[in-house]
Amino acid sequence: MEGSRTLAADTDTTGLLPRGAGYSLRNWFNRRGWRNIIIASPYVWLLAFFLLPFLIVIAMSLATRAGTSPPFAFADTWPYVDFGNIARLFEDPVYVRAYLTSIYNAGIATALCLLLGYPMALAITRVRGTWRNIFLLLVILPFWTSFLLRVYAWIGLMGANSWFNKFLTAFINVLVPADMALRSIPMMNTNFAVVLVMVYSYLPFMILPLYANLERLDGTLNEAAMDLGSKPWQVFRDVTLPLSLPGIIAGGLLVFIPASGEVIIPSLVGDASDPMIGRVINDEFSAARDWPMASAVAVALLFMLVVPMMLYHRFESRAQAGSEVKS
Amino acid sequence: MNRHPLFLFSCLCFGFAFFYIPILSMIFFSFNKSRLATVWGGFSIQWYGKLLSDGQIIKAAVLSLEIALLSATFATILGTMAGISLARFKRFRGSTFFSGLVTAPLVMPEVITGISSLMLFIFMAQWIGWPGQRGFTTITIAHITFSMTYVATIVQSRLSSMDLSIEEAAMDLGSKPWQVLKDVTLPIIFPAILSGWLLAFTISLDDVVITSFTTGPGATTLPILIWSKVRLGVTPDINALATLIIVVVGLGVALAGYLMYRVEKQRQRDMQIAVAANQ
Repeated sequence: MEGSRTLAADTDTTGLLPRGAGYSLRNWFNRRGWRNIIIASPYVWLLAFFLLPFLIVIAMSLATRAGTSPPFAFADTWPYVDFGNIARLFEDPVYVRAYLTSIYNAGIATALCLLLGYPMALAITRVRGTWRNIFLLLVILPFWTSFLLRVYAWIGLMGANSWFNKFLTAFINVLVPADMALRSIPMMNTNFAVVLVMVYSYLPFMILPLYANLERLDGTLNEAAMDLGSKPWQVFRDVTLPLSLPGIIAGGLLVFIPASGEVIIPSLVGDASDPMIGRVINDEFSAARDWPMASAVAVALLFMLVVPMMLYHRFESRAQAGSEVKS
Repeated sequence: MNRHPLFLFSCLCFGFAFFYIPILSMIFFSFNKSRLATVWGGFSIQWYGKLLSDGQIIKAAVLSLEIALLSATFATILGTMAGISLARFKRFRGSTFFSGLVTAPLVMPEVITGISSLMLFIFMAQWIGWPGQRGFTTITIAHITFSMTYVATIVQSRLSSMDLSIEEAAMDLGSKPWQVLKDVTLPIIFPAILSGWLLAFTISLDDVVITSFTTGPGATTLPILIWSKVRLGVTPDINALATLIIVVVGLGVALAGYLMYRVEKQRQRDMQIAVAANQ
């Protein structure tokens, strides 16, 4: 639509100039065409390979399972859709429980990431020069290495025979009375393991936005508060913490959103009897081959995440606008 | 005020120990002689030898690299276009929707992206008869789709922080808008484009969930192969493979970071010289 409009505008203005197919094409390109190509290429790609598939999933959640290949069918009669899958989401305790487990695990992981990530980010802002770059690189480096292998590394550590488990067991046995001593800590295949590995995997997502936020804070505010008689922890509580709220929110969402839809971690180290929603979707799809149900669970997960996602988008655009104003 | 409080730095040390002890432990046990992956039985490099003679692993690694190279390149082209559209052509029809469309894959849980891509390919096969079989092409398309949004975000934020007056100066000197883009803007944001490519490359190389949905018979990428092995438990040859991957990626990232750092330094030096020459 826009293309044709600008084309028409071009032919009007070029009425005085020599015409020719090659010329007008070049002219069109010089005016607005290059702009349209640059906008339209990624736009069309995302519409075709991101939005359209997503609409198909929404449609699929209203179909029913069938013995055909692919294994689904739509109803023959009006309204051609079936809300049975959606109803099952609320009726079947498996799904309700999986959603609650996901929110619970992701929430705990986010809180732990914040508790560990905040002091780490603050510590990095307190060093200067080369050391700061080295510390930042050390935070970013695990993010570049394989996610799957980082989860795998923890499987090795958490097993009953591993040195880490033995070390922790010995440590706990010192603290508790002798008759309560453990032989090993059952860590694998628990939700504790899921939270631990999620904190491990997503900690950089918390540290980096927090660091970016804390680094920009005006140090003179701290000094002013000190001069006015605040103690260091009061400066932190009354100045640093409120000003770093945007960083906390951005980091929190960056951890919470992917963590609540996580598949790999609950599948590898999680408790099969109390799964997270990502694992349920994956199993429903691959093992049970119930595509409509898997789609319904996926759509519901997305609805659960819509509010945090919109929040994130708003914060991102605001941060973007802020940096533009600054420059 | 105390600039180096003990508490903050204890947290930093603890955090780095937390980050690196599991990886170091895995590297350590890749040199284990024993078949038991977590009990030390003496030094050996036999698992590396076994790894290099495993044709299946080599084949999967080559496939992963091919997909990563192709998808990162396309994702960089499309993502750069999207980033430019968002940062420079602010008000075009549907621009708000477009910016939502660019952010959405970033925050969308992978399992949903995976399922929806698979559904699309199945429906396309029914409607237009393509793709007849899922594999290399479908994985590549899915990877382009989600990694291009990372590139777009990087390019967009770089453009937003860039000095507009350089582009305006080129316009004043008579350049057409697309010439400004080609001759001024693109060279300036080249480091951002490069780091976008690198990110798209590693994301593609690392992806399990989306690949597992869009793959087909005969197209096993390295992460899919590792995934199927890891589900059976910890084995020393996976430790060795993990060590190789981590060392290669770590060195690659460190090298790329160093090179970009040098390019940036050189650019700053050039600008200082230019400013000094003008005075």
